[in-house]
Amino acid sequence: MLALGIVLFTALLLLAITYLRRKSPAVLRRIEAFERLNRVVGLAVENGTRLHISLGRGNLFTARGASALAGLAMLRRLAERTSMSDRPPIVTSGDASLSILSQDTLQAGYRAAGAEDQYRVSTGRLAGLTPFAYAAGTIPVTRDEMVSANVVIGDFGAEAALLVEAADREDTHLIAASDNLSAQSILYASAQDPLIGEELFASGAYMGAGISHEASLQVQDILRWLVIVAIVGGSLLKLMGII
Amino acid sequence: MRILTAVIAMASGLIVLLGYFYPLDALTQLRIMLTDWAIIIAAMAVLIGIANLVFVQMDKIRKREKNSIYGGLLVLALIATFGLGLIFGPGHQFMRLAVDAIIVPVEASLMAILAVTLVYASIRLLRRRADVMTVIFLLVAVIFLIAMMPTPFGPVPGDWLVTQFAGMFSRGGARGLLIGIALGTLLTGIRVLFGIDRPYGGN
Repeated sequence: MLALGIVLFTALLLLAITYLRRKSPAVLRRIEAFERLNRVVGLAVENGTRLHISLGRGNLFTARGASALAGLAMLRRLAERTSMSDRPPIVTSGDASLSILSQDTLQAGYRAAGAEDQYRVSTGRLAGLTPFAYAAGTIPVTRDEMVSANVVIGDFGAEAALLVEAADREDTHLIAASDNLSAQSILYASAQDPLIGEELFASGAYMGAGISHEASLQVQDILRWLVIVAIVGGSLLKLMGII
Repeated sequence: MRILTAVIAMASGLIVLLGYFYPLDALTQLRIMLTDWAIIIAAMAVLIGIANLVFVQMDKIRKREKNSIYGGLLVLALIATFGLGLIFGPGHQFMRLAVDAIIVPVEASLMAILAVTLVYASIRLLRRRADVMTVIFLLVAVIFLIAMMPTPFGPVPGDWLVTQFAGMFSRGGARGLLIGIALGTLLTGIRVLFGIDRPYGGN
């Protein structure tokens, strides 16, 4: 009952803030990774190189699917912005359903930019179904396909280090985020621009995916404060022997 | 069509969610049926994904792209494994050999490369980002490794204290990150459930 209450409260809060946000756009704090991403997207279009978006292995039937959905929201914006490029972006994923959704999202981005005829189904690829098969299937894309920037966003494990290393070897830009704690620590140690914690879910808002994404960030902040109050309050009550 | 796909997705999502919260017989049956359908669709998606993989590699070979020979090798191995699996079944000795003699050693080699890559990344970390947080990150990683590693002389003195003390902070930090991720997951799920985000049907 409590869980359902939390879901309903969050949904109502999201709808209310989305409605209120229509009049006043959000002011977002500066995250260097997103600023750099905006720059490298523009550069990739100008110099005729390619963007590689790696969506990870987030299975949509598990909680890990949320990071994949966050990656798809980002992909939608990136596809729209780079559809006019000489070399279209390539998307790799490690889950079959996610791979089909990535093709659908790419096509939607091209359609929104009025360039649907430029869309090629081969740009949304399934790279491998196990962690290392996925890494082994993704590395050649970074190496052989004129990629100038890699966006690694989604559910990854330790194999993320191999993707980062491949991007480093080719001297390409890399923006990386994962919902997995091991991958986050690896990305912190090895990536130029790692996104830590829930910053992964902020990607839509920073890429201009709409008011609902900005409202989501605000709801997350409100819920985080409620969690803090609950933890501190619960600890104090426990200390006083009330609960 | 786009509205129809959104309505079907939202209705399915809400039924499955309600089925979890209210285990009424009718709702549970409906939830199980929808989940079974989803599993069948996921299995079909794997076949489509593999077909996509083959087409991409064949296209590379046809255009004589760089390193396309590996694509050819992949397609050949796929056809051979698939054929043997169909003829002998997945439990046959040949299939076990394909896993034990090829896939496991290859993945183990990648794991070994990963270990070297991580050590190299740690060495380069200070050159890449020289700030207080980086120094703390490296120090904690080294202290943890020393405290946890087996030595020929037995445990390092004070290792229990180190793991407990440093572990207290790292566990707290990990929980903080996980709470943030859980909140992000909740909001992303709600956006999809209510059709605000629709990463399907070409929206």
